[in-house]
Amino acid sequence: MGHCHCAGLKIEMPPGARRIVLAGNPNTGKSVFFHHFTGIYTEVSNYPGTTLDIIYGRYGHDVVIDTPGVYGLSSFNDEERIARDIILSADLVINVVSAAYLERDLFLTQQIIDTGVPVVVALNMMDEARKMGVEVDVERLSHLLGVPVVPTVAVKKEGLELLKEKMGEARPGNPTPGLPEELESLRGRVDSQGEALLVLEGDPVVAGRHGLEPGNRREEIYRRRRERVNEICRLVVREARRHAGFGQALGMWTIRPLTGIPLLALALWVAYKVIGTFVAGTVVDFTEGTVMQGIYEPAVRGFVARFIPASSAPGTILIGDYGLLTMTVTYLLGLLLPLVAGFYFFLSLFEDSGYLPRIAVLSDRLLTSIGLNGKAVIPLILGFGCVTMATITTRLLSTERERRIAIFLLSLTIPCSAQMGVIAAMLTGLGPQYILVYSLVILSVLVMAGTLLSALLPGESANLLIDLPPLRPPRLENVLQKTLTRTYHFLKEAAPLFALGSLAIGIFQVTGLLDVLQGLLAPLTVGWLNLPREAATAFIMGIVRRDFGAAGLYSMSLSPLQTLVALVTITLFVPCIASMLVILKERPKWEGVLIWFASWATSFFTGGLVSRLARVLGHSAETIQPAPVLLGLAALTLAVIALSHALRRLKPSNITG
Amino acid sequence: MTLDCVRKGRRCRIISIPSEAVRAQALRFGIAEGEVVTCTEVIPAGPVVISKNRQEIAIGRRLARQIEVEEVA
Repeated sequence: MGHCHCAGLKIEMPPGARRIVLAGNPNTGKSVFFHHFTGIYTEVSNYPGTTLDIIYGRYGHDVVIDTPGVYGLSSFNDEERIARDIILSADLVINVVSAAYLERDLFLTQQIIDTGVPVVVALNMMDEARKMGVEVDVERLSHLLGVPVVPTVAVKKEGLELLKEKMGEARPGNPTPGLPEELESLRGRVDSQGEALLVLEGDPVVAGRHGLEPGNRREEIYRRRRERVNEICRLVVREARRHAGFGQALGMWTIRPLTGIPLLALALWVAYKVIGTFVAGTVVDFTEGTVMQGIYEPAVRGFVARFIPASSAPGTILIGDYGLLTMTVTYLLGLLLPLVAGFYFFLSLFEDSGYLPRIAVLSDRLLTSIGLNGKAVIPLILGFGCVTMATITTRLLSTERERRIAIFLLSLTIPCSAQMGVIAAMLTGLGPQYILVYSLVILSVLVMAGTLLSALLPGESANLLIDLPPLRPPRLENVLQKTLTRTYHFLKEAAPLFALGSLAIGIFQVTGLLDVLQGLLAPLTVGWLNLPREAATAFIMGIVRRDFGAAGLYSMSLSPLQTLVALVTITLFVPCIASMLVILKERPKWEGVLIWFASWATSFFTGGLVSRLARVLGHSAETIQPAPVLLGLAALTLAVIALSHALRRLKPSNITG
Repeated sequence: MTLDCVRKGRRCRIISIPSEAVRAQALRFGIAEGEVVTCTEVIPAGPVVISKNRQEIAIGRRLARQIEVEEVA
């Protein structure tokens, strides 16, 4: 091969090893195959130019590479581009398809076959298909496709040994009719049949690599491929009419507003109860109180004090109030680790059950009014896990305009799991009316910011067009594995930033700079927000990470109203350093800078507003009457929406259709 | 008529889909012009869900308004 476009992906290839690539639609159970082949020793490689990680591992002498789940190979999004490049460089493709959804899945199968690579098909989820009354003539399917087909139930390890045997028989299959003649025209101008296919289908990236004009045959080839797949399905799939099962009925209830909204509320309530009450209460009391503050901190203080006096400058930095070895470690392991693990557990549960696309359908109407579409609910929900990661997933949104709005809203209004955990723990102690006011304040800021942005930015929200996978009971093993991996990544990413933050604060403290900064911020913190002077420290910490800032508030003694104001402000405060780095990488620099300063302005404005509304209209100085605050906010939100409508009318009308 | 006007539970034939990118995506999911699909759910003011065999696709309201269909018995 002349040049391998997969070369950028750093994968150790032993001499003579084959690249075995796992490919398939989303939700076909590819990961189960991957782990079966490679065992637990897998490696992660970052795909150049993206922030997506590709996992790979050894299988005997060969290397198995997993690819993101896609519906086809092209350049529609990052997942597809990566899957396309890895498949184009494969020596053998194991294509995992879901037996119950052959019509959809075989489109990718046929496209992979059309690239000319040797293929073996794993016909997975045979049990699910059987339950749905679907029978597949495996032999005939294999004959029609021209490649081996192995029926499997991967989660029960059925058929996996046979698949390994059949891998030796993998071969290029029967192409879409008429295609070989068309590919002939590109012979000698590209390196492989696969590249020729993608050039013909108008893939701009592959065409560009060879200095060719992208072809314009995509639609026609897609149509013929679709016809062929439908014909194959007609010949091999036998279906008994079956009554809709409970899963299907539940699936429908989740997208109808009347039942879907209560179901979503119920799911979120359960998640909140488990994380906010059980993890934030019982578990954190033990990890933070008993283990870290009870055993770890005295031990490390005693140990360090033997060499360095605790009151000296290095002593303060290491084991003082914001000590590198005391506060950082306690916050990170005692407070945040359990909370983050709890959040990731629920996130993985939502993901694996197929619930997320249904929430997208349910929320499409609402999100359209803030310039997004239902798909954007996925990054917004992922933002509750980690805003940095969610910023990256905004790539699944199809237009620049939507990415701009989604990233701004993520940076401004969505608290990440670590921060959310601390917030939940602090609010739970105050009572339900505080939780209500806090949630509604943040929600109204989200609605206001979204409506305004949607009115100001040119264009309209893009159309929703998504596949609705069936609801499935998630597999605990997979959920736990995801939780574990993500929690580990969180620790890896957060630990150095935390250390940096507490080092900075420690130095500020020793040099007296902290006092100066607190004085400088006093007009804002004391004058406008009515918080104690020391709250400034939390905001300075919040610049590093918002959860770090929230954790700083955790240990302060605040009145209930002050707590609410401080939490609202820190939630809307600037995105953490890691998020900022990703935003600067993904977006134009000016946009990142704008987001940063807009967050300062919005957070302090809103915090002060809540504080004032509560004081002017509320009865008591230190507790809160929800009604006046909410009425004030509702009025403001309505005013902003009205203004946005007026602005929209002024906007030059754009292309329609 | 257009897809957003189809009542829940009715079947219809897709006559035309507006843009090339949308047509390509729909073809991957298994839905092409000329195909007969069932309208399984209409979310008030929201997306329309159509299905063919077991495959379900959600289509935003604005897009549904641009998809030309005819009802079949």
